[in-house]
Amino acid sequence: MKNEMTLTFSAISENEAFARNAVAAFCVELDPTIDQINDIKTAVSEAVTNCIVHAYADDKDGKFVTVKTDITDGIVHIVVSDTGVGIEDIQHAMQPFFTTKPEQERSGMGFTVMESFMDSLSVERNIPSGTVVSMTKTIRGADWKKKKHSD
Amino acid sequence: MKIEHFKKTSELHIKLSGELDERFSAYVRISIDSLIDSGQFSKLYIDMSELTFMDSTGIGVLIGRYKRLKPRGIPIYLQSPTPSVDRVLGLSGIYEIMYKAV
Repeated sequence: MKNEMTLTFSAISENEAFARNAVAAFCVELDPTIDQINDIKTAVSEAVTNCIVHAYADDKDGKFVTVKTDITDGIVHIVVSDTGVGIEDIQHAMQPFFTTKPEQERSGMGFTVMESFMDSLSVERNIPSGTVVSMTKTIRGADWKKKKHSD
Repeated sequence: MKIEHFKKTSELHIKLSGELDERFSAYVRISIDSLIDSGQFSKLYIDMSELTFMDSTGIGVLIGRYKRLKPRGIPIYLQSPTPSVDRVLGLSGIYEIMYKAV
């Protein structure tokens, strides 16, 4: 059975911890390992940070970030979207160390972290404006190990 | 986010506790720079044993401090990072320019 959750919150950095912790709490039913939970929290934080820092860089007032999470057959699917300025060249933006804000000491590692910590990552344009980041991770926690060993 | 510090001989020790993300990056950056600029020392230790979360925003903060200290020949030691923080640090390649310390 599919289990779904949608969060929509103001695009301010105070909500980053809320977003990553809410998604992590939603995934607890799958009995994930601590490493898996940390991976998900970090990836969500990266995606939400991008919305706040880049998508709504000039005007955050009245702007929102949406995080949709669903769990189906042990796979967590997270979609983080905004309606901000969008990314001109997505492939280029996904290169390690690429940043449009070096003066703000941005590392340019956000997409690399998401890609490394999750099983899949896709970045697309939101219509009519903004960006949609989709990530999945298969959770294989203690329960999965138990089942595997009993096979 | 809590920042503590002490000096031991010629070493500046800074301890970060809590979660380092975009919300606290400016605070951490300004606090560390203030400590860096306020005295003489030959090594900077950043204790990460109680830093429970850090995303790539933290990498940007660390690289920024590296750029400030490199001209002064002062190395940075990242001390006892928690496993999740260590994973982000390792992925970023930061251990090629900073030392991992126990």
